[in-house]
Amino acid sequence: MDNIFSKSVKGRSGVDAGRVDEASISAIPEALRRVTESSLPELSELDVVRHFTLLSQKNFSVDTHFYPLGSCTMKYNPKANEAAAALPGFTGLHPYTAFIDEEAAQGALEVIYEISRQLCEITGMKRFTTQPYAGAHGELLGILLTAAYHRKKGNNKKYIVVPESAHGTNPASAAVAGYSIITVAVDRDGGIDIDSLKEKMNDEVAGIMMTLPSTLGVFERRIKEVVEIAKKYDALMYYDGANLNAILGKLRPGDVGFDIVHINLHKTFSTPHGGGGPGSGVVGVSERLLDFLPVPVAAKDASGRFILDYSVKHSIGQVASFFGNFGVILKAYTYILMLGREGLIDLSEKAVLNANYCMARLKPYYDLPYDRTCMHEVVFSAKRQNSSGVHATDIAKALIDRGIHPPTIYFPLVVEEAIMIEPTETESKETMDIFIEAMKEIASLAESDPEKIKNAPVTTDISRPDETKAARDLKLTCF
Amino acid sequence: MAKFTPHTENEIKQMLSDVGAASIDSLFADIPSGLRPASFNLPEGMTEYEALNRLGSLSAANRTDKALFMGGGFYDHFIPAAVDAISSRAEFYTAYTPYQPEASQGTLQAIFEYQTMTAKLTGLDVANASLYDGGTAIYEAAAMAVRTNGRSKIIIDAGVNPVYRKILKTYVINQDVDIIEVDLRDIYTDREKIKSLLDDRTAALILQTPNYFGIVDDYSDLFKLCDEKEITKIAVFYPMSLGILKTPGEMGADIAVGDGQSLGLPLSFGGPYLGIMAASKGYVRKMPGRIVGETVDRNGKKCYVLTLQAREQHIRREKATSNICSNQALCALRAVVYLSLMGKEGFRKISLLNLERASYLKEKLVKFAEIKQGVTYNEFTVKLNGGAGEFVKKMEKKGYYAGIPASIYFPDKKNYLIVAVTEKRTIEEIDKFADAFKSAL
Repeated sequence: MDNIFSKSVKGRSGVDAGRVDEASISAIPEALRRVTESSLPELSELDVVRHFTLLSQKNFSVDTHFYPLGSCTMKYNPKANEAAAALPGFTGLHPYTAFIDEEAAQGALEVIYEISRQLCEITGMKRFTTQPYAGAHGELLGILLTAAYHRKKGNNKKYIVVPESAHGTNPASAAVAGYSIITVAVDRDGGIDIDSLKEKMNDEVAGIMMTLPSTLGVFERRIKEVVEIAKKYDALMYYDGANLNAILGKLRPGDVGFDIVHINLHKTFSTPHGGGGPGSGVVGVSERLLDFLPVPVAAKDASGRFILDYSVKHSIGQVASFFGNFGVILKAYTYILMLGREGLIDLSEKAVLNANYCMARLKPYYDLPYDRTCMHEVVFSAKRQNSSGVHATDIAKALIDRGIHPPTIYFPLVVEEAIMIEPTETESKETMDIFIEAMKEIASLAESDPEKIKNAPVTTDISRPDETKAARDLKLTCF
Repeated sequence: MAKFTPHTENEIKQMLSDVGAASIDSLFADIPSGLRPASFNLPEGMTEYEALNRLGSLSAANRTDKALFMGGGFYDHFIPAAVDAISSRAEFYTAYTPYQPEASQGTLQAIFEYQTMTAKLTGLDVANASLYDGGTAIYEAAAMAVRTNGRSKIIIDAGVNPVYRKILKTYVINQDVDIIEVDLRDIYTDREKIKSLLDDRTAALILQTPNYFGIVDDYSDLFKLCDEKEITKIAVFYPMSLGILKTPGEMGADIAVGDGQSLGLPLSFGGPYLGIMAASKGYVRKMPGRIVGETVDRNGKKCYVLTLQAREQHIRREKATSNICSNQALCALRAVVYLSLMGKEGFRKISLLNLERASYLKEKLVKFAEIKQGVTYNEFTVKLNGGAGEFVKKMEKKGYYAGIPASIYFPDKKNYLIVAVTEKRTIEEIDKFADAFKSAL
């Protein structure tokens, strides 16, 4: 589709900005004025609305397509969440209101306080901060808290341990926080290799980052041993909440001995992904990290008023301008209120049931490197299809032709030709059956007519893009 | 209780039988019984109606009925209805990151157009697909500088939003990076002090205009000095002001960062907002976050993809240019729709209108209050006779959020009140505000 600038017509405008006196510019000396043009396009409101509406129709989305994207928890985003976040008492609230008069922001502070308490109960942690804007941002905060903890104790720590199956954000966040990375292998069971961990642990390890269930979609059976090893070296345990959707009401990281938890509210707690964001990566901590949390934290005083609490003794500072992505937090809060205790347990149970169902039905057709009960997602491999020249990416593209968003492919890196399927709990058996039939058909075509798969997609607006050209002949703006 | 799982009893039975499991609970057998939750004490679920009622009363417990003359980097601008209409299209907001280009051309093209508009607005060559907010964007810009020239000293003017400076300092607590904050002379950039600090150990100089106190400045002279010592020049900007004010590019900045809240995002108690980053061409491979590029498909048709992914964490892991993964894509969509609606003339006008309304208030206040000298845009500083903290409480009772007491971040500036005026404040409102202001003095 033509870009928006090519639709521009000189002199057209989409909004009446209001009456303005051109002479007002005199308040700004010429030397401080803009000389170059902003080059913004000139369109009517209808032009703009039509352009972006047509663009939206070129997307696959949860509301329009099954989206079994492993690791991303593309569940249905209830509309009540959106309605709650759009309430004028929230959207119109300036963040500084709370700094000037807490009384004037009681509703907002209560939301932050309440969701923090609920998340404490859900995860078994002591206190939450809502500042982090996304999962990786929560990871960064968690590792900064780790650094502050060790510094206070006078520990000399240099390393963060990360299993090789971890999301790329884990090592990247630890590096931003000033640590070097020690990578530990995965064992044949899909869990962290305890022997390799023992071998690599040393006094300079500051923390161990774990995803639980692991990114291979299986439960870490030896997690208690990992916690014991960490304790021996005074290393903190970090829980990456990317896969929390599998275990609500079944296990709480705090009970297991984790010190830091981040939760992707945009995964487990149903806030939409927005085409890449905004998310929220709220962080909860154990007792020993309470004194380092960023400030302010929402608290409740003796009289039941909600206040900004700055009394964190060794606070590391702040990682967000105010209270994080408050609009996102509202959506998650609405969701938790609606589901309640039973609903949260139910969602994890159905998420795990759905993934196991997909696993059982697809096992005859695709390689399954870790053949055991899975949690909320299952990782297959396209290795069997490789013999006819068909790769995971081809299977993904063939699914697009069948009206299904592809699963995550080529992650986790420890599985060759990975196809990672996370149906989520909100999908029905019929929808999964359609997906399963599509996967079966693709597997059979991969043998009988592989070219058909390698040419996919053919039903979309565009065929496969030339990514090499995109990186070589960089074109990053319309003009 | 609202419920979003569609399973019927019958289906559960069939699925369990296909799985070969006796019960749903047996699927959790890998979790040792000793690790089951010590407690999971949450209230019973609500119906949608009950939940929205509850949220309705919480929303009503916030006071948003007062006229806002408060900014501090985050402003009460008007948002055209079409912005909400587009960003609430589920095809946009329930989609994931566009890793599958054939199924995401809508998001990809919208980001590509956003990149174009933010680059043009700031007067630089390229922009990324968004960062979290203005403050984290400053850190990312500083990190780009450190990666580019291998130095470790960051000089930042204290006129840069104090909230952003706090974020920057927190990010580097465990890094070998020195953050040197240069105190203001009153509310103005201390040029001599900055000049004396620029040396060949300096990685970056970070300056903001208008600064936290509203002062509009041209930093071309300081940036020129940076060139001699190969220091990365980072300008922090306020998007709305760029309809009329000199751009970071025109001042010679290498990297421009700012918060895009003013471009169609509600105040929403601090987020979600939008970290905008633009840069000159030479920095593109050092940029953090996602970048959309144009290319062609197998049939030669123009299309868009995420590009230069070798910079990113999912490929490069600990060697990535940043740890960022999720960004603020939907906020960037709102910004590109906002800018498209405004268009070239509309945006210049709305930008000018902000200046006009603020100048109008300034003229009123100057008759009975001390307004700090200097060129300002839509925010300026008033020096009161007493504490600004008490003053805003008085004004709150009169129905106004009169500004930000500078003492929240500058304890020595107790009497300074930072007042903002946007295009949403009518002449009548400003007149009444000025009267109330006078009587509260």
